[in-house]
Formats: sequence, structure tokens, C-alpha cells
Amino acid sequence: MSSSMIIGQYVPGNSVIHRLDPRTKITIIFFFVLIVFFANSVMSYGLLTLFAVGSAVSTKIPANYLIKGLLPVWFLIVFTFILHLFVTKEGEVLFSIFTFDFYTGGFIQGLAISLRFFLLILVTSLLTLTTTPIEITDAIESMLGPLKKIRFPVHELALMMSISLRFIPTLMQETEKISKAQASRGVDFRTGPVKDRIKAVVPLLVPLFVSAFKRAEELAMAMEARGYQGGEGRTKLRELSIGRLDIYIYILFVLVIIGLFMTRS
Amino acid sequence: MDITFKDVSYIYQPNTPFEHRALSELSFHIRSGSFIAIIGHTGSGKSTLLQHLNGLLRPTEGEVTIGTYKISADEKTKNIKSLREKVGVVFQYPEHQLFEETVEKDIGFGPLNFHVDQEEIKRRTREAIKAVDLPEELLHRSPFDLSGGQMRRVAIAGVLAMDPNVLVLDEPTAGLDPRGQREVMDMFSNLHKEKKLTTVLVTHSMEDALRYADHIIILKDGKKHLEGPPLEVLVRKKELEHVQLDVPEVIQFLSEVEEKFGKTISYHNQNIAQLAKELAAMVKGGDDHE
Amino acid sequence: MSQFIEFRDVSFRYREDQPWVLENVSFTVHTDEWLAIIGHNGSGKSTIAKLMNGLLLPQQGEILVDGIVVNEETIWDIRKKVGMVFQNPDNQFVGTTVRDDVAFGMENHGLPRELMLKRVQSSLAAVGMSNYQSHEPHRLSGGQKQRVAIASVLAVAPELIILDEATAMLDPKGRLEIMETIRQVQENQDLSLITITHDLREVIKADRVLVMNQGRRWLEGDPREVFAEKDALMNIGLDTPFVTKLAAELSAAGLNIQREPLNHQELLEELWTLHSKM
Repeated sequence: MSSSMIIGQYVPGNSVIHRLDPRTKITIIFFFVLIVFFANSVMSYGLLTLFAVGSAVSTKIPANYLIKGLLPVWFLIVFTFILHLFVTKEGEVLFSIFTFDFYTGGFIQGLAISLRFFLLILVTSLLTLTTTPIEITDAIESMLGPLKKIRFPVHELALMMSISLRFIPTLMQETEKISKAQASRGVDFRTGPVKDRIKAVVPLLVPLFVSAFKRAEELAMAMEARGYQGGEGRTKLRELSIGRLDIYIYILFVLVIIGLFMTRS
Repeated sequence: MDITFKDVSYIYQPNTPFEHRALSELSFHIRSGSFIAIIGHTGSGKSTLLQHLNGLLRPTEGEVTIGTYKISADEKTKNIKSLREKVGVVFQYPEHQLFEETVEKDIGFGPLNFHVDQEEIKRRTREAIKAVDLPEELLHRSPFDLSGGQMRRVAIAGVLAMDPNVLVLDEPTAGLDPRGQREVMDMFSNLHKEKKLTTVLVTHSMEDALRYADHIIILKDGKKHLEGPPLEVLVRKKELEHVQLDVPEVIQFLSEVEEKFGKTISYHNQNIAQLAKELAAMVKGGDDHE
Repeated sequence: MSQFIEFRDVSFRYREDQPWVLENVSFTVHTDEWLAIIGHNGSGKSTIAKLMNGLLLPQQGEILVDGIVVNEETIWDIRKKVGMVFQNPDNQFVGTTVRDDVAFGMENHGLPRELMLKRVQSSLAAVGMSNYQSHEPHRLSGGQKQRVAIASVLAVAPELIILDEATAMLDPKGRLEIMETIRQVQENQDLSLITITHDLREVIKADRVLVMNQGRRWLEGDPREVFAEKDALMNIGLDTPFVTKLAAELSAAGLNIQREPLNHQELLEELWTLHSKM
């Protein structure tokens, strides 16, 4: 597997953030995404950066791994910055190249927007880095719970999500296996004209679908053999619970919000 | 084609928390025309090794030579495609790679990719389906209508149709019933002789290794644990136990006979009937094995 | 010995325009016995397994499990009594972690959470997988996944476990793991066991063997009786153990082998007796 596949992949750990209820994490991230847009002073940005970077550090995930994970979006962050530098013409002229003037306003605004961008991505990636996909599924099932009243198939949706999650690695291994088998029969997935490369996908996709259907069929049979008959009358082993830790974090986060509005200019 | 591994190491996902060294300074030489068996438990590096044989993987360190082709970390292999034409790989459960509308097209898929002309593809397809002992009528059927055993044979025919010099087999009998297993292995053994192939068999079966191979490599944790001719390697009980492998049953039995009767019957690939005669002679008190 | 499962003249086919997969099959499985079912691929042995817990229903004849006729109304009760482990370790692993997978069956049957927690522990301990509770399936070996599958079945506390070629896709180490697990489980709990297999080492250990050929019950007996039919077994595409073949050749070479040997020890004893008489 190539290293790009591990971006955002769950890293096991036992930090405070790992141990939080996934609903807490989702809620806080949701509000963090909202309040980032209210920051408008050095102090308020500093506060949010402190919160985000502090959270990241507390996960004990190696920094270089985090930074590597952000690599694909670095480009976007830098691009945003440069764009603002060129477009915004406020404040004083900072410096000029040829006939083009760069303004302090552009510099500051570019910096601010890039920082926002960085904070958003850092915090959201912390969710997937510290929470197993199944916990996220549980959280979604729980948070969508009220929709059951309007006959929304929450259980089925959650089961579907968890089975998909369960089979993603399996299907990825399968894809790799089949593509290697076909490469051994002379299929070239990498070079040649686009038309040929699109054609090369057929020998990969057909077996993949055939096998996915077979798996689905066998899985359905195994589930039935183990007594699965829908969500009704079913109990659950997994339990989410908001603990003392979650409360502390909520309090801390509320303090951050208050701090933010106090430091706004 | 001669195959040489020189200090080959392979590392999966280097410089990540998931880094894993699958092969470690592995060196060996396979003479052209030999039938070699590679044995080891899951995770011993067998399938990583296998993927070096047709350039699906390039060694992280060291160098692999196959005939005149060289594969190494820093050197991009020239003509990787022609290497793949010469090294046919039958993967585990090869029926999973079938995809064409008809058996004929699927068998011809490999040669077509290697730009073999239509006439020749036709000829090879017929030859291949005969080699795997399936009736020609099947050529026009969809591969997905066949039984599991037939699909396996079609997939194998697809590799044979590439007319390779080296045949790499990754547990080709997995999941077949006993008769199917015997037939498929005998088929490969015959092809090996008829076409003068170099055959590399990856297997768990000590019995198959003993029966078909003329050279054996046993892997452990990506390193070479034992190497040599079957009758030398497969009798080394202690060293095999060390990697949780059993000696082949016949050899185990003969060593038990030796323990009980104090007489040795050596194994030299004789069949069961022959063996029974020697045993009977010993039991009757014959002196021909003192 | 009481009967746990009874097949009465059972016939089955997947579609009306297709040939019968099973034809007039009758046999019984006793309580607490280990029955091995063998037969070439396509002989109908896996179909038998699926009929036992109502994954398939027969067109003719009837099947009784613990005195209950298997039909649409009774299948949910029967599935509590009959647990199944299938061939492909991947395609029966439902949970995202070992613990979740073991719980899946219990959740379906609506067991209370406290009981589930206890049974997850005990059944994982029974298969020696206690240290893998939060492992994800793709980080387990085939043998480990199959042990989890056995634990999941045990957790529901069935009376019969069917292993439908559960070792076919495993390496020798995985096979040994599973054989050892089954042996221990059968020793420690009152369970009937059916193994459908090609592996002769599994067959030898069973109490009784049912041989299927082309949809029909071909032979039934203890392993010794069955392997005595060496030539006929080979003819229907099955294999026999090394000692069985050797014993037959020894007879042909003029030795008077009295009793069909099942393992090396027995054959060696036999040879020793003959040797001392010479």
C-alpha cells in the first residue's frame, strides 16, 4: 500500500482526546469550525491556535506524521496566502516587484485566512486520527437517534456504514491483488494514452465487482445464520457515555469561546 | 532462465508507523530448468519474494536478476513488460482475475496485451485449454458459468497462453478437493518437463515439495532458514520444527520405523507400493536393509 | 444416545430447472457426537449444512432439529441451537473489531448487555483470543479470524456447531489452531459437532463419518470402517490417509494386516506383532 493511503487514518492511543466520547469530539469540532470565522485579532487567533495545537500535541501523535498528513492541503494553504497577497490592495505598500505593489493588508489577510484554513483542517483531522471509524458511526447513530421517530432507518444506515468500514481494507487488499494479477498478464495501468488506461480499468473492475457481490452474498448468509433479522429486538454491546472528562472538555471549550469574544477587536 | 537474488531486502511503507520489513538480505540462486519449492508460514515473506520475480515489486536494497533482466532499487528495469511475458505468475485463487465474456477471450487476454498476433493467440488458446484438460467447447462459454475447479483451470490456461519460460505458482491447489489438487499438481509437473520451464512453487505442502521439487528454500521472517535438495532439507526435523513445519509424513513414518525396529529404510522418492515391498521385506526379517 | 438432527428423505435443488443437489438423503446426528461429512466439491455436503439451520429449506422430505421441524416459523429458534462457521474467514466477520464481531450474534438474539460482556470474555477465552479484543479483522491471520468466528458462535451457546470447510482457506498453522480449538471446546462443553472437510486429519478424529457422492448418502460409519473402503473412496475423488494406503500396499506385498490402521502408531504396532511372529 502506498503511504498516501494512511492520511487521516486512525492512530491508536490513550490520550485525553482518544478517550473522549466521539459525540463530544464531533460537537466541539462543529462549533470550532463556526467560531473560527469570528476570530479577527492577533489575540483571538492566538487563542484558537493555542487550543488547536494544544489538542494536537496532547494526542501524542508524532508531529511529523501530523504534518505529513496535512501535506496535500499545504498547497491550498500556501495558494490562499499568495492569492490574497496579489488581490487585496489595502494598507500600505509593503514591497514591489517590477511594477506590482504588495500591500500589508494583503499580507495580513492572507496570513489570517491561511491560518483559519490550517486550524480547520488540523482540528477535523484530529477527529479521524483519534477516533475509530466505528466510534464515529456509533456517534452518528446516536446523534441521529431522534430521527427514528419519523421512520428514518437509522439502525440500517449505521449498520451499512459499519459494514462498509469493515470491508474497506479488505476491498483495498483485493484491488491490489487483482491489479497485480492483471499487471502480470501485461496490463499497463500507468503509462500509455488515456484511452488505453481507461480500458485497462475493465479487467480490474469486473473481477472486483464479481468478488464484492460474492462477499456480500456470503456475508448476508453468515449474518442470517447468526440470527440477524433487522434492528427490532436487538440489543447493543457498544455503549457511548458522556463522562466527567467530557464535561471538563466542554467547560474548557466554553471558556475558549468566551475568551474568543473577549479578545475580538 | 536463471534467477538470482543478491542481498535482497524489501520494506513496506518505509518511514511510517506501519513500516514493515518483509525480506531481509535474502540471497539465493535458481538454475534454469529447475523446479523449486518455497516454503514458509504466512508472513514469512513468500508472497513478497514472489512479486519480485516479475517486477511487481522492486527490492528496497539488493538486486534481483532474472535471465538478462535486472531489478534493483535505483535502476528502473528496462522492458519490464517483456519480463512479465517471460515470467508467468499463477496467483492464489487465480479464478478471481477472470473478467472476459468468454473463456477464449480471457485466455487470450495476456497474449493480446503482449501484442501476439491473432493467429498465434488462437493456436495458443487451444493448446492452453488442452494443457489444463478442459474440453474446447468451453471456449465459447462465459467463465462465470463454470464450476470453481474449471474456473481455476481457465485462469491457469490464461497464464500458460503467455508462453512463459518461468512459471511462478502461488499455492495453486488451495481450496480444491483432493482429486483436483492431484490433477493440477501433476499437470504442472508435466508442463515443467515438456516445456523445460523453470518452475517456482510457493506452497505449504511438504508432501508436494517432496514430490515435485528438486530444490527447496524455507523462509522464516523474510530470511532464508534452510536451502537444498528435498531429501536433504525435508529430513531435518529439528530445524523444521523450529519454524513450525512438519517433515513429510512418509519421512516421519520411516523415522518412526527406524526407532521401533532399529533398521533404516532410506527414502529416495520410491512410490508407496515400492516402499511397502521394502517394509514387508524388513518385517519378514530380510537382510537387505542392514 | 439421543438424536439431535434427523434428515428424513431430504431432496433439494436450487431451481426447478436444475438437477437435484441432494436426493433422498436420510441420516441422523446424535447428541454430543462429532460427525465428519466428506465428499468431492459439488457432492452436496455444504448444502446439508445450510439445510440444518434453515438457510435453505428442502423441497422434499423434512429435517428435525432437537425434535423441531425446520421451517419458516422455527428458523429463528433453530439458529440459536445450531451455530455455523463458514469457509471464508473474511466474509463472515461482521464487526469492525473482534469484540464487536463476537457480540453480533448475541445482539441479534437480544441478550442483555451485562450477559454479553461476560460471554464475550468467556468465549474469547475458550478460543484463546482474549488478548485481541479490540483488534480489527484485517490485522488478524486467517486462523485467528476463524477462531473469532468460533467464539462468536459459542457466545450464543448453541447445541451444535457446524464447521463448513472452516479450515479450507487456512495455512497449516491456522488449521492446527482451529483443530486444537475445536478439540478443547468439545472437551469442555456439551456440544455436537459437524465438520465438513477435505482434511483427513480432521476426519480421523471424528466419531463418525458421512460420505456424500453426487447428492446421495454414499457411506456412513466410523473412520476405520470408512477408510477400509480405500479404493472406492479414491474412485469418487476422495483421498485416504497415508497409513491407509500403505497398509493396503503392505497387504498386497504379502503381509497379513489384521486391523485397518488409523495412525502411524497403530500400523507400527501391527508391523511389530508380525515381525515378532516371523
